[in-house]
Amino acid sequence: MSNAALFQTLLRLGDNTLVLGHRVSEWCGKAPVLEEDIALANTALDLIGQTQMWLGYAAEIENEGRSADDLAMLRDVWDFRNILMVERPNLDFGHTMMRQFLFDAYHRTLLTALKDSTNPRIAEIAAKAVKEATYHFERSAETVIALGDGTPESHEFMQNGLNLLWPFTGEMFECDAIDAEMAAAGVIPDPISLRDTWIALVSDTLTEATLAIPQDDFAHKGGRTGRQHTEHLGHLLTQMQWLQRAYPGANW
Amino acid sequence: MTPDVDTIWAWLDEVPDPEIPVISVVDLGIIRDVTWEDDTVVVAITPTYSGCPATSIINLDVETALRDLGLTKIRLKQQLSPPWTTDWLSAKGAAKLEEYGIAPPSAAGGPSKCPRCQSANVERVSQFGSTPCKAHWRCLSCLEPFDYFKCI
Repeated sequence: MSNAALFQTLLRLGDNTLVLGHRVSEWCGKAPVLEEDIALANTALDLIGQTQMWLGYAAEIENEGRSADDLAMLRDVWDFRNILMVERPNLDFGHTMMRQFLFDAYHRTLLTALKDSTNPRIAEIAAKAVKEATYHFERSAETVIALGDGTPESHEFMQNGLNLLWPFTGEMFECDAIDAEMAAAGVIPDPISLRDTWIALVSDTLTEATLAIPQDDFAHKGGRTGRQHTEHLGHLLTQMQWLQRAYPGANW
Repeated sequence: MTPDVDTIWAWLDEVPDPEIPVISVVDLGIIRDVTWEDDTVVVAITPTYSGCPATSIINLDVETALRDLGLTKIRLKQQLSPPWTTDWLSAKGAAKLEEYGIAPPSAAGGPSKCPRCQSANVERVSQFGSTPCKAHWRCLSCLEPFDYFKCI
């Protein structure tokens, strides 16, 4: 097992939680109601906390003197390894909650498998994070049902969100040479093996939410390999990283 | 003279949680181990939630308390495994939480009664509350909102 592959794998884990955590935090102070505002801020906080653990370990593995903060705040777009779905703009609240739901179902499934990783550090981070991901999933699934099976207007928002996001879900189950190497060593599950569990979880909720699952399996890819991010990630980073870029090393 | 670990545990039981000062960090179940390694006291602390902002304050409070009691060589280490669970909240801590107005965690997934008026007629407002460890509930008898310490 090479450290380079392990480093990339940890970036994939940590960049998903970092970028989604930042996106979700953008709702702070302007969610539709106070309870949702608090819930989204708490979800973002959990995700950023998990990022600290993943990128902290990534920095140790890289062993180039960088910290988790350096990795988060001083890399540019092409070095990020998150899936494209999490860098999508929030759009409306329905789209945000649908993205959260699709990600939470994946995250819970992935972390459950990672609890049995042959890498003890990954196993212990996953055991910690899966409790939070499970809680997030319960909430986002409830919200998807409440809004999907709500008023005609809320139903339309959720169906539109689902239609927009569905082509971004395929990237979660993509398997490249890095994944294959890590899976062979028992460090991560084969991404493809997570798909059935994810589909079952997602289908149950979407059916209850009276939403139609798009039948097209076209998938946008390029985020977790870093080959081609969407333009949205650059805009996100300008906001997330500006302080460290303008005042290098600033802290409080 | 160096204090034994039982004495240090007792000292730590006097260090309040920064967010919920009626319970101690020991009540909360986040102090996992206290040992002497040569002349250094090593305290293993586990985070409640990954991103809980109180974690760094807790570390600071623990170190300050031990320093004030005369210890000079202190090492705090983060211990992730096994992950923190509300099962580790002490019985004393649960009773104090309820007295303070926060319903303690319950395996049933929700509070059995309102911590203010004891009515069982309660409903959930939101899965998330004022801190990562709490959910937001309300009592339908006395009509007061209250925090419920989430069960994880």
